[in-house]
Amino acid sequence: MPKFESIDHLREYRRQLIAKRDPNQPQVLVCAGPGCLPMGSEEVAAAFREELEKNGLAAQVLLKECGCHGLCAGAVRVLIRPQEITYQHVTPEDAAEIVEQTLKEGQVVDRLIYEDLHTQEKAAYKGEIPFFKGQMPIVLRKLDVIDPTSLDDYLALGGYRALRKALLEMKPDEIIDAIEKSGLRGRGGGGFPTGRKWRICQDALDEPKFIICNGDEGDPGAFMDRAVMEGDPHAVLEGMIIGARAIGASKGYIYVRHEYPLAVGRLQLAIQQAQESGFLGKNILRSGFDFDIKISRGAGAFVCGEETALIHSMEGFIGEPRPRPPYPVQAGLFGKPTVINNVETWANVPEIINLGADWYAGIGTENSKGTKVFSLVGAVNQTGLVEVPMGTTLRQIVYDLGGGLRQDREFKAVQTGGPSGGCIPGQFLDLPVDYDSLQSVGSIMGSGGMIVMDTSSCMVDVARYFINFLYQESCGKCTPCREGLKNLLFLLDEIIHGRGTEEQLALMEELCGTMAAASICGLGKSAVNPVLSTMKYFREEYLAHIREKKCPALVCRPLLKYTVDPETCTGCLACVRECPVGAISGKKKMAQEIDQELCVKCGLCYEACQFDAVKIE
Amino acid sequence: MVWKISDETAYDTLGEEVHLTINGVTIRAPQDQSLLVTARQNGFEIPTLCYHRDLPSEGHCRLCVVEIGEHPRTQIVNSCTYPTQAGLVVQTHSETVLQARRMVLELLLARTPKAKLIQEMAAAHGVYESRFKTDDPEELCILCGLCVRTCREVVGVSAISMKGRTPDKQVATPFMEKSSACIGCGSCAFVCPNNVIPYTEKEGIRTIWGRDFELQPCNVCGNYIAPKYQLEHWAKITGDPVENFFVCKDCR
Ligand SMILES: Cc1cc2nc3c(=O)[nH]c(=O)nc-3n(C[C@H](O)[C@H](O)[C@H](O)COP(=O)(O)O)c2cc1C
Ligand code: SF4
Ligand code: SF4
Ligand code: SF4
Ligand code: SF4
Ligand code: FES
Ligand code: FES
Repeated sequence: MPKFESIDHLREYRRQLIAKRDPNQPQVLVCAGPGCLPMGSEEVAAAFREELEKNGLAAQVLLKECGCHGLCAGAVRVLIRPQEITYQHVTPEDAAEIVEQTLKEGQVVDRLIYEDLHTQEKAAYKGEIPFFKGQMPIVLRKLDVIDPTSLDDYLALGGYRALRKALLEMKPDEIIDAIEKSGLRGRGGGGFPTGRKWRICQDALDEPKFIICNGDEGDPGAFMDRAVMEGDPHAVLEGMIIGARAIGASKGYIYVRHEYPLAVGRLQLAIQQAQESGFLGKNILRSGFDFDIKISRGAGAFVCGEETALIHSMEGFIGEPRPRPPYPVQAGLFGKPTVINNVETWANVPEIINLGADWYAGIGTENSKGTKVFSLVGAVNQTGLVEVPMGTTLRQIVYDLGGGLRQDREFKAVQTGGPSGGCIPGQFLDLPVDYDSLQSVGSIMGSGGMIVMDTSSCMVDVARYFINFLYQESCGKCTPCREGLKNLLFLLDEIIHGRGTEEQLALMEELCGTMAAASICGLGKSAVNPVLSTMKYFREEYLAHIREKKCPALVCRPLLKYTVDPETCTGCLACVRECPVGAISGKKKMAQEIDQELCVKCGLCYEACQFDAVKIE
Repeated sequence: MVWKISDETAYDTLGEEVHLTINGVTIRAPQDQSLLVTARQNGFEIPTLCYHRDLPSEGHCRLCVVEIGEHPRTQIVNSCTYPTQAGLVVQTHSETVLQARRMVLELLLARTPKAKLIQEMAAAHGVYESRFKTDDPEELCILCGLCVRTCREVVGVSAISMKGRTPDKQVATPFMEKSSACIGCGSCAFVCPNNVIPYTEKEGIRTIWGRDFELQPCNVCGNYIAPKYQLEHWAKITGDPVENFFVCKDCR
C-alpha cells in the first residue's frame, strides 16, 4: 500500500484498482459477523478454501470473510457474487456442493436457500427476500461486500473520497454546515443533532480538542456497533477524521468494550493501514492537517457507555457519570472540548459528505433524517441487523422484515432502545419509528435495540428483568437511581410473589417521576421506561398479579398452581422422583396429587411428566 | 477528572456579573458560580447533603435540585454544580422540586432509618415515615462522598474511595484492607454528616479504617497533636524536619 502524497496519487491508485478488478469475478463471501462467527464461519471459509483449491478455482474465485450479512438467523450465511445468491445455515460439508453446483455449473443449491415460513416460497437471490427488500443500507451497505482487513476493498468502493473532499474542497465550517443540514442526529441514545454538537465544540476556545468514538455498546443483545466496527472499520475512521477536521481536533480515541476483541483487532489494523497510507498522521493528504487515532479499551460496565462516565474511565478514574453541564463539548477529555459520537453516527458521516446533505435530509421523517440500524431480536422469525429509513413502521420491521412472530404466536409488545426502553403494545404497530414518535409512546430510540415479545411473555416479569439489569449496572452515585432502582426491583418482586398492592403501583409511579427528573445521568432517568410503559399499557396484567394473585401469561412461578390431571396421569411417578420437597403423593399406576402447601413451584414435575398430566394455572 | 465548579472560595476568578431570576426575583451574580451559592447568597435556602464549600461538588445526593427554564420546558437540575448564567429562570421551591426532595429524603430515610440528620431533614420536609424498604436498620452511610472527596482534595492522599455499583456500593479502602496510604488524620470521619466512620482514641493510639496510629504529644504542653505518621507526612510534603511539627498550635 503506497503512502498517498497527493489527491492525484490517490485518484490514480483508485482508478487502477478498479480497472484491475473484474466486476464479474465470482466471489464467495462467508459471513464472519457477530452472529455467524460463533456458528463456525472460520470452518466454513476453510472448507471453501480447500474445495476451491481442489477444483483448481483458487485463482479465479475470490474468497472473503466479511462482516454481518444482516439475516443472522440463517447463520452461517454465504453470499455468492456477482449473482447475489445467498445461502443460509451453511456448514463446512456444504462447501463442496456449492462449489460444484453454483460456482462451476451456475446452479442454485435449493436446500440452502431462503424459504418463506408462511408461503413456503423459496428465494435464492438477495433482492427477492423480503428481509432485504424493505431495507435501505447506508451504514451497513459495505458489510457484505468488502473484506474488512483490506484497505483496497474500501478504496475500491469509494473509500476516503469523502475525506479528500472534506480536507481539500471544504472549509471546516462547510463540513459542519453539511452535517447540520443533513439532519443527522446521534445514534447512540440521546439523538442530539450531530452538526450542532460539532459547532459548539468548534466554537469552544480551549485547546487541544478531542474526538471520541463511543463503541461501548453495553445493551445486552445489541450488536449493530460491533458489526460496523468489525465489518467496515475504515468507515468509522473516515468519519472521525472528517469530524476532527471540522472541529479542529488533533487526537481521536475509539472506546471499545473489552468483550469485543475482534473489533479492537480490526480497528487496530485499519488504523495502521490508514497511517501507512497517509490518511492518519501528519499532514494528511498534504492538507496540512494532523490527526491520529488511538484505541481505548472499555472497562466493561454498562454505565461506562454514558459519555461522562466513559471519559472518566478513559482518564483512569472510576467510570461514574457526573452532572452536566459542563458538557463534553465544553469540558470533556482531560477537561478539554471533546466531541463524542456513536459508532453508527460516525459511519454516516462519509456518506453524507460524499452524497450531500440534501440527499441525506431527503430520507426519513421531518425531525429524524436518514436511516437507523436496529438489532431485531426476540420472538420474530428473522432475527438480525436491519437498516431502515427513519419513519418505517414497527409493523413493517416486525412483520415484513422480521417475518412475523415465531410459531405464529400473537404479538404482545416490542421493546425498543435497550434495557431502559419502553415496551410498546400492538396498538402502536403502525407507528412510524423515529426519535420523537418513540418518545411519545413512552420509549426511546436508544442505540437501536428491538426486542419483540409474544404472548408468552409476562410484562411484569419483563419489567422486573430490565430493572434488575439496571439495578446491577447503576453506578450508585446518585440517590434517586441507586435507591430508586433497589426499591423498584423490590416492589416488582412483591407483585410477582403475589404480595403487591395497588398502593405500591402508585408508589412506583411516584418514584419513577423523581428518578426521571432528578437522576444524574440517562441510566437513572430512562430506567423508568420499562416500568412506566408496562404499567400504562399492560395494567390489567399488573392488576391480575395483585388482585387475583395470578400471572395470566403463566410466567411468574410463585403465582402458578401446579396440579395433576387425574384423567391423564398414568401414575408413572416421574414427577414424584423429581419433586425436591416430596409434595406429590399417590399410589403407583394411579393418579397423583400435589400438596399445594408443600409445593415450592419449581416446575420440575411439569417438565418431568411425559403425558402432559401436570397442569399449570 | 473532577469538574470544579466555581465557588465562594474562588470568587475572584469568577466571570462577569449577569442577571437571572430566582423565584421571580431578579438578581445579579457572577457567571459560572454554582446556582446553589448564588441562591444562598441572595437568601434563598436550598437544602444539601453532599455539598461542602471547600470541596468540588459531584452531585450525589440530589437534594439541592431546582427547576430551571420556563413552563412548559422546565428541567430539574442539581444546583450545586449548575452554573449561574445570564437570563436563567430558577425556582428553588416549586412543587416539582419539593416533590423530588421529599422523595429523595424518603428514599434515604429507608436506607438509613437511624441517621439523625436524615430524620430531621425529612421531618422538615414533612416526611416522617418511609414507604420504602430498609435493608439494614443500622446503616448510616448515605454515600454522599464527602469523606472520599475530603481525603482526595483536602488531605491529598486518596486513601479511600467508592467501591462497587448500586447493589453493594460502599466507601472503602483499596482491596478492603488496611490502607497504607491513610495518614490517620481523621478528616474523613470529621466531615461525615452521619458519623459513620469508626474512629477511636485511647491511650495515645488513634484507630481509624482498621489501623492504629501512635499519637504524637506536644513537646511543650504534652497534649496530643496528631498521629506521628501524619506529621511525618507533612514533613515529607513540606521538606521541613519532622521535629518542627512536634509542637502544637497553641504552644508555637
Ligand atoms: C447508561 C448509558 C449508556 C450509554 N451507552 C452508550 C453506548 O454503549 N454507546 C453509545 O454510543 N452511546 C451510549 N450512551 C449515550 C452516550 O452518553 C452519548 O450520548 C453518545 O455516545 C453520544 O453520541 P451520539 O450523539 O452520536 O449518539 C449511553 C448513555 C447512557 C446514559
Ligand atoms: S443515574 Fe444511576 S448510573 Fe447515572 S450517575 Fe446516578 S446512580 Fe449513577
Ligand atoms: S412444582 Fe416442584 S415442588 Fe411443586 S409439586 Fe412440582 S416438583 Fe414438587
Ligand atoms: S461515610 Fe459519611 S461522608 Fe462518607 S459517604 Fe458515607 S455518609 Fe458520606
Ligand atoms: S483518616 Fe485516612 S482515609 Fe480519612 S481523610 Fe485522613 S488519610 Fe484519608
Ligand atoms: S453475523 Fe452473519 S448474518 Fe449477521
Ligand atoms: S448538594 Fe447538590 S447533589 Fe447533593
